[in-house]
Amino acid sequence: MKILVTLKPVPNPDEKVKVREDGKGIVRENIKTVVNPFCEIAVEEGLRIREAHGGEVVVLTVGPRESDQQLRTALAMGADRGILVEAAGDLDSLAVAKVIAKVAAEEKPDLVLNGKQAVDDDNNQVGQILAALLSWPQATFVSKLEPDMGCRKAKATREVDGGLETIEVPLPAVITADLRLNEPRYASLPGIMKAKKKEVKLVPVASLGVDTKPKVRVLSLTPPRQRSGGRKVADVAELVSLLSNEAKIL
Amino acid sequence: MSRMTRKMFKGGEYLIAEVAKEDVFTPEDFSDEQKQFAETAEQFTRNEVVPQAERLDHQDFELMVGLLKKAGELGLLMVDGPEEYGGLELDKATSMLVTEKIAPYSGYLTAYSGQTGIGTLPLVYFGTKKQKEKYLGKLLTGEWLAAYCLTEPNSGSDALGAKTTARLSEDGKYYFLNGTKQFITNGGFADLFTIFAKIDGKHFTAFLVERAFEGVATGQEEKKMGLKGSSTTPVILEDVKVPVENLLGEIGKGHKIAFNVLNVGRFKLGAGIVGSAKTAFLEGVKYANLRKQFGVSIGSFGAIKEKIADMATTIFAAESLIYRLAGLLDHRLSSIPKDVSNYSEAYLRGIEEYALECAIAKVFCSEMLDFVVDEVVQIHGGYGFVQEYPAERFYRDARINRIFEGTNEINRILIPRILLKRAKAGEIPLEREMAQANETIRKRSFATPDRSVCLGEERALLKNLKSLFLLVTGAAVRKFLERIQEEQEVLMALADMAIQIFALESAVVRAEKLTAKGPSDRNEGLAKATVKIFAFLAGETVGTAARKAVFCVSEGGNLAMVLNGIMELTRYDASGLLAAKRCLAEASLEGEKYIF
Ligand SMILES: Cc1cc2nc3c(=O)[nH]c(=O)nc-3n(C[C@H](O)[C@H](O)[C@H](O)COP(=O)(O)OP(=O)(O)OC[C@H]3O[C@@H](n4cnc5c(N)ncnc54)[C@H](O)[C@@H]3O)c2cc1C
Repeated sequence: MKILVTLKPVPNPDEKVKVREDGKGIVRENIKTVVNPFCEIAVEEGLRIREAHGGEVVVLTVGPRESDQQLRTALAMGADRGILVEAAGDLDSLAVAKVIAKVAAEEKPDLVLNGKQAVDDDNNQVGQILAALLSWPQATFVSKLEPDMGCRKAKATREVDGGLETIEVPLPAVITADLRLNEPRYASLPGIMKAKKKEVKLVPVASLGVDTKPKVRVLSLTPPRQRSGGRKVADVAELVSLLSNEAKIL
Repeated sequence: MSRMTRKMFKGGEYLIAEVAKEDVFTPEDFSDEQKQFAETAEQFTRNEVVPQAERLDHQDFELMVGLLKKAGELGLLMVDGPEEYGGLELDKATSMLVTEKIAPYSGYLTAYSGQTGIGTLPLVYFGTKKQKEKYLGKLLTGEWLAAYCLTEPNSGSDALGAKTTARLSEDGKYYFLNGTKQFITNGGFADLFTIFAKIDGKHFTAFLVERAFEGVATGQEEKKMGLKGSSTTPVILEDVKVPVENLLGEIGKGHKIAFNVLNVGRFKLGAGIVGSAKTAFLEGVKYANLRKQFGVSIGSFGAIKEKIADMATTIFAAESLIYRLAGLLDHRLSSIPKDVSNYSEAYLRGIEEYALECAIAKVFCSEMLDFVVDEVVQIHGGYGFVQEYPAERFYRDARINRIFEGTNEINRILIPRILLKRAKAGEIPLEREMAQANETIRKRSFATPDRSVCLGEERALLKNLKSLFLLVTGAAVRKFLERIQEEQEVLMALADMAIQIFALESAVVRAEKLTAKGPSDRNEGLAKATVKIFAFLAGETVGTAARKAVFCVSEGGNLAMVLNGIMELTRYDASGLLAAKRCLAEASLEGEKYIF
């Protein structure tokens, strides 16, 4: 089974970010870049499928040259090889999906695994657009995945409002990983050393012949309102009075 | 203007030589791979260890053992092990960086260091092929856990005064060990103990002792001030039958093992401490942003800002110092051809070369941490004194670092001692340089700042502080001759000067590297600010130590001249200090982290 896993480099979600002066992005200097946590889950799932069914896990990222570091993380976890489509600047979801579609057309994987969304802009679009571009079936927000190579299909359990939905998709398909799909492994130190020798193919985005001109323009970003500190109340009566008179929620 | 080859410095040479930024390793030089190792250590600690701090602090050793084994699965225990036995044989910079990332919960850091450092290294450096085949693989994977037993109830600093004995059996196949070891880290659960004992009460020797050997027992857990998550117990040996194959190294050469392992222990401790300090610092800035008094966050008060700036500064100095030392070690160790027959010996000599710098690292870092945790408690006010916040634990956990791996007094004494010994052995032209320093004073030819270069002010100060060190050391040596070894008050002062000079130089050189990246780099201004703050502090500390030494050493007419010399040699224009403190504090508060 050949699995293509995509991963997005994102600013470390544990760090405090600041909106750039022009209001159209965040300050990236001095903020560590990490693999989007949902993509890490996708990598883990790919590895587990390979461990159970054999095959190959190829990891793909679209971004600047430094994104090599995030690919190395996935390779250290155990992925077999990497592809870095080099593209400067921010691409929107459509552009990224087009690039992935192009690579998928060449690699011909049985499965494409994406994170369900990236924790930086929370767009939650790439997987869906990709499936449409490829005309492949999709299963999004997957919390359990059971591929069946013999019958070339996969059973996917999806987390939907109010419960779980189990669907079956023929392969090849696009799957997006939800939080509870698995718990990703760490890149072990020996794994990191082995990853050094694994192949990462550099592909200039221009060579793919896809139109990556953004269709979405960011007009402005605003930080969330600062939370004001809590307040201690003397008793329940005061709490109720504040909730009804001041907060006006009772 | 970068050179391809780095100059190799001798141990202690920094006190008489000038160092260029190209010759110094700094955290900015870490490779992507090294950062990746660090990332694994960091994630593991953040996700697996830190959330368990409460349980670990209540001495859930089953959990602790599980976490050590889990680290083993990730290869975190293999960093320093030779490849031949399943280790990764990574360089010291990596080993220190990984240790730094393990640090956020101190109890775990100590258990981890007990395993990978003092627990495993004696075997790595001194074990026979057979001994390594038997034990090393197990220690590197975490299948077995290890402890190191040097201290005894009546011999701590005086480690060679051990009372534990070893007696050869009549058939010559076993040694019988008897005695008690005290304060043994990982004592509660270790499978293998490296135990120092005197054969026939005379020849200080190390042995590899399995817990399973008959007669080995461990006593009650100590009730400690801090570091409660780590196991600390006595190890009691009653006629323990140890096969002769388990004698480690040579008979009567146990001190070689003990001292070499201590050198490594010291710089690794320093690296761990840098991690602990960053952890505490983070809680400090978070709280300073969160806590409101008088209608504003306390981080907006100058008094709090100053604490934050001073903490960030000393952490920067410690971090610069510790990785500079890593670079010194790696540079020398990598120059040893691996196929020479006495590789191990050459390797240890390579580490011992920097015994002075190792002692400096131990003292500077442990005192830096105590300063930081104290200020972090202070920033928390009353909440720093209660266990609801981690500041209280940081404060308790930090204190031991000034005591173990050689107390700071012992390490301070070592610093001038090693220097004088190396001078006597002709390794360093100290005599010549001391004479030169005298000339400097006599002719009043002090270094003056070249204000046209970046950090010229600090470079001049460094040069003068080195002259001052040489001047005072020269005066002390002339006065006491060989007896200087016994004048500990003076030795302490000399050590203080040497420590501050090494730290300041490390910080200045690193700042030069950061500023060389160009003004577009956001850290440029911050690095300069940090160095200004530190140069002021270090200059004052060196000045005080020098004056103390001089009052202990000189009398009469000479005194006035020397005191005047001290004034000249510690002259530092720290104009802009206030702005420097504010900008460093504000950047830390805004990023809510240690910014370098
Ligand atoms: C939590 C913990 C874990 C430890 N882990 C280990 C371990 O795993 N293995 C191990 O072997 N040991 C371990 N130790 C022991 C530790 O290394 C010793 O406590 C330390 O070396 C100091 O020895 P001591 O306690 O006997 O103090 P002492 O040597 O009695 O010192 C008391 C005071 O006298 C000073 N002093 C002593 N001699 C001199 C001198 N010549 N000149 C000037 N001042 C002097 C000291 O600096 C100190 O201030 C541990 C200790 C603790 C508390």
